[in-house]
Amino acid sequence: MKIMVPVRRVPNPDVKVRLKKDGTGIETEGVNFLVNPFDEYAIEEAVRITEKSGGEVFLVSIGGPENEETLRAGLALGAHRAYLVDLGGECYESSGIADILAAVFKQENPDLVILGKQSVDTDNNQAAQMLAAKLGLAQACFAYKVELQDGKAVVQREIDGGLEVKEVELPAVITADLRLNQPRYASLPAIMKAKKKEVKKVTPADLGAEPKNRARVLGLSEPPPRKAGQKVASVDELVDKLVNEAKVL
Amino acid sequence: MAILLIAEMREGEVRHATFPAVTAAKQLAELLGTEFDILLLGKGAQAGAERLKDLGAANVLWSEAEAVAEYTAEAHAQAAADLVNEKGYTAVLAAATTTGKDLMPRLAGLLDAGMVSDAIGFEKGDEGIVYLRPMYAGNAIARVVIDTPIHCLTVRETAFDAATPGAGSAAVAEAPVNVDAGGLKAKFVEYQLTKSERPELTEAKVVVSAGRGVKDAEGVKLIEQLADALGAALGASRAVVDEGLLPNDLQVGQTGKIVAPDLYIACGISGAIQHVAGMKDAKVIVAINKDEEAPIFEVADYGLVDDLFKAVPKLIEKVQAARAS
Ligand SMILES: Cc1cc2nc3c(=O)[nH]c(=O)nc-3n(C[C@H](O)[C@H](O)[C@H](O)COP(=O)(O)OP(=O)(O)OC[C@H]3O[C@@H](n4cnc5c(N)ncnc54)[C@H](O)[C@@H]3O)c2cc1C
Ligand SMILES: Nc1ncnc2c1ncn2[C@@H]1O[C@H](COP(=O)(O)O)[C@@H](O)[C@H]1O
Repeated sequence: MKIMVPVRRVPNPDVKVRLKKDGTGIETEGVNFLVNPFDEYAIEEAVRITEKSGGEVFLVSIGGPENEETLRAGLALGAHRAYLVDLGGECYESSGIADILAAVFKQENPDLVILGKQSVDTDNNQAAQMLAAKLGLAQACFAYKVELQDGKAVVQREIDGGLEVKEVELPAVITADLRLNQPRYASLPAIMKAKKKEVKKVTPADLGAEPKNRARVLGLSEPPPRKAGQKVASVDELVDKLVNEAKVL
Repeated sequence: MAILLIAEMREGEVRHATFPAVTAAKQLAELLGTEFDILLLGKGAQAGAERLKDLGAANVLWSEAEAVAEYTAEAHAQAAADLVNEKGYTAVLAAATTTGKDLMPRLAGLLDAGMVSDAIGFEKGDEGIVYLRPMYAGNAIARVVIDTPIHCLTVRETAFDAATPGAGSAAVAEAPVNVDAGGLKAKFVEYQLTKSERPELTEAKVVVSAGRGVKDAEGVKLIEQLADALGAALGASRAVVDEGLLPNDLQVGQTGKIVAPDLYIACGISGAIQHVAGMKDAKVIVAINKDEEAPIFEVADYGLVDDLFKAVPKLIEKVQAARAS
């Protein structure tokens, strides 16, 4: 089985972002970038499938030359090879990313595409579903469990209120949610091995893709801050404040 | 031209998230100087349409056709896309629930439309409508424009009040659905839902959440008792969900549920960025944590530095006493 896993480079999600003064973006100086956490779950799932039943996993990262670092990190988790799509300084939101991913899909014809359910920087949660629509493929988003049978996947999906079971014909597009698996840590030998794996550098034009941005961020601003709170010394004081000050009890 | 709201059905019922989304549709329609229609797809859609006809929509369209009887993104997006093309809607909205998040980007893909996820407000700008939405785990609010003739969006339930019945009655009609059930590459199999007597997390006025500090099933029980004393919904941090102590759909945060109750009580939760993203719009936040340096205290209106195994039983007692009097 051949599995495609798109991976995004994102600012470390555990550090609070700082906005540029003019609101055009975030400060990137001193910020370290990582593989989008959801994409690690996607890689792990794909690698486990090929470890069990053979095949290969290839990664695709769209951005600039710095995305090679992201791809090497992903290759160290067991993926076999990768594409780096260099945008030459351009920038695309999810629908443009999906345009490019669709072009890669057409070149490679994988049996399965597994993506993260969302980018943790934009929180868009769009690229996978758009990709599936463009390719006319079935989708199974927010996967909790994936079971491959011949020609199809039975997927338990995380939904409001519990789980939903859905059957999709292959090739299909799946997105990984956080309980899908526990991604491995890259071992030192795996990191060394990843350095030698193939990273094919291409441009959208090489792929025959004509990506478009269909939505545009005009600017960013800080959300209104919360008023400073107070410490209370005891449960009695807490209840008193909730009843008499906040009036929520 | 008019805009379309896609209602959400589950097991024959209209889901609550539809009502705040109706308010969003109404606001957007007013801003555009147009009307809005509502579409219901699935079992029970006809009865659901009757329930939604006095919320201010011009038309309420429904279909219970075989191909859309159960929700799949494939069938519902196709049916909606056909309707949008036929009627010439210029914007399509749905609530940003797990279903809306699954469906709307697929619909946008079919319509080749730009999309905004999780909109919390709209403004008129030089280039048309500007959509407001959180990014970076809620640490930035982005102003976004869509450059395609059709706009697709999901709207955050907590940012809009639930629509209430008012004057005026919509025309209710069956929607034409010509999706071929046999040609679909996806099939709904079943729901595996967790049943609970407690209020829904995203609708509750009070939410009590458990973090890793509760330790084990005994600790969870204690937090459940507090929730029940308050008539509150139960929430959880990811740590608790990962431990398997509470079901995943109770996870509050960037990647779980976004809640904005009147009162949010975080018990044994450290206050990681991803958790705070899901609850920082609560009116009043209470944190109980034994570590006075825990970041949760930076967003808490009332912080109690204490062992939750001591504080929570006392709190339950006090709440019960206050309620009795
Ligand atoms: C991609 C991604 C998405 C994520 N999405 C989410 C999300 O949606 N929601 C979410 O919650 N997390 C999310 N996380 C995880 C998040 O980063 C934190 O790991 C998680 O929120 C921590 O949960 P916690 O506060 O319960 O546990 P901890 O951080 O371990 O905190 C436990 C707290 O309990 C306190 N404590 C311990 N014992 C006691 C006691 N007896 N009495 C009182 N206090 C006590 C401790 O002082 C500590 O502050 C995400 C992470 C990633 C990478
Ligand atoms: N620049 C990118 N390069 C490769 N894959 C991406 C990129 N951006 C998003 N993706 C993939 O699409 C998923 C969903 O992204 P989004 O629609 O941005 O939330 C991510 O988890 C990735 O798997």
